[in-house]
Amino acid sequence: MKPQAFDYARPDNAEEAIALLADSGEDARILAGGQSLMAVLNLRLAQPSVLIDISRVPDLNFIRNDGKALAIGAAATQGSVEWRDALAAEVPLLAQAFPHISHFQIRNRGTVCGSIAHADPSAELPLVLLALGGEVVLRSRRGRRTVAAQDFFQGMLMTARAADELVEEARYPLARPGTGYAFEEFSGRHGDFAVCAVAAAVDAGGIRLAVGGVADRPRLATFPRLAGSDLDAALNDFAWELGAKDDHHASAKFRRQLVRHLGRTAIDKAST
Amino acid sequence: MKRIFYAKNEVVRIGLVLNGQQRSATCEPRTLLSDFLRQDLGATGTHVGCEHGVCGACTVKIDGVAQRACMTLAVQVEGREIETVEGLNRGPHCDQSGLSDLQQAFRRNHALQCGFCTAGILMSCADYLQRKPDPSETEVREMLSGHLCRCTGYTNIVKAVLETAAERLGRPYGAALAPDQPGHAGTGAAEQAGLVDA
Repeated sequence: MKPQAFDYARPDNAEEAIALLADSGEDARILAGGQSLMAVLNLRLAQPSVLIDISRVPDLNFIRNDGKALAIGAAATQGSVEWRDALAAEVPLLAQAFPHISHFQIRNRGTVCGSIAHADPSAELPLVLLALGGEVVLRSRRGRRTVAAQDFFQGMLMTARAADELVEEARYPLARPGTGYAFEEFSGRHGDFAVCAVAAAVDAGGIRLAVGGVADRPRLATFPRLAGSDLDAALNDFAWELGAKDDHHASAKFRRQLVRHLGRTAIDKAST
Repeated sequence: MKRIFYAKNEVVRIGLVLNGQQRSATCEPRTLLSDFLRQDLGATGTHVGCEHGVCGACTVKIDGVAQRACMTLAVQVEGREIETVEGLNRGPHCDQSGLSDLQQAFRRNHALQCGFCTAGILMSCADYLQRKPDPSETEVREMLSGHLCRCTGYTNIVKAVLETAAERLGRPYGAALAPDQPGHAGTGAAEQAGLVDA
């Protein structure tokens, strides 16, 4: 028995979940897949007083293609998105990113919205959401609001979510014709946290490149359709802008090199 | 399903289906499924390693899907079907030996040594092969990346999984070990096994 004691609530539906969240105060935590939260609890890095388990709430367990985006509900597991037959056609960047996201056994339980709410700077799902210009739907007793990925991720494990808000839905824009997508990652061991991960979307108008694992949050750059040394120079500027730091996984210098190299690789792949 | 609330330190009775049998025991809300299985239900086939989701030793199937028991609370799986290594000898892939085809392949290939990680690996493989009956070596290695094994070096585990897949498809085993395609990091496992021309 590792975690500190907590009250456990398992609501029936989303409305009950947000009511519990509003009533429980800042010490409450939403438990969805628990693939980040349970580790944090087992290591006693957090001691919430209440866990609100939404993993079995039927009206939060959905994946909907609404013609514009793939809308993924708070209780939908990463595995249920990953094993979707149409995923590579719907959101190719997600399909490319999934094998890099931790491991099969973790994806089977972890949720997409949980990873977004956790906002680890090296996590792939926030990175892909940012690269595609996706959105996060937040719901509380006060109502719903939709926040662009660009505004949602605010720093290391920090987001625009207020304490009484539930990340109800993540909206990944569907593939657009004429746009190429590519995902590249470097990590110490397959499935480990990314030392650097990049996601690129390239169309006739320009290049969107999002980088994770380097700054305190996933960061996005947009370039015109540069090539050759112009592109290398733009990538080098971006790599320096990210303010990479030395840590025990990699040096800042190595991270900048990864941004340049993986960025170039992803842009080239997405351009063909 | 109706709304549930358990106060901290409350002792609650949790019922679930373990390997086809209805079982129940009491625990606190904070009890991990891994501890509940071992300490409260006495099902010690599931092993506990790192207790934060890294090593994979505690992997069990919950409603058929391989997941970490150490990253799941016992109260979360109330009423659900749990399968552990003790239940692998049920179902279509078993004969009279008391071992599933997967377990027999592990034995034939020396895919375990100390056996600590094996229960978890078997549960992952059981789920994975059901969903992906004909995986490539690269895919098997990706799936196994969620498990730590310090004895085998993984090569024999990969062989056992691919051999099981080939057997179920009624195909000679060597065919499953074609060299990986360009662009994949080949491991040379097939060559070492003497199953393809070097």
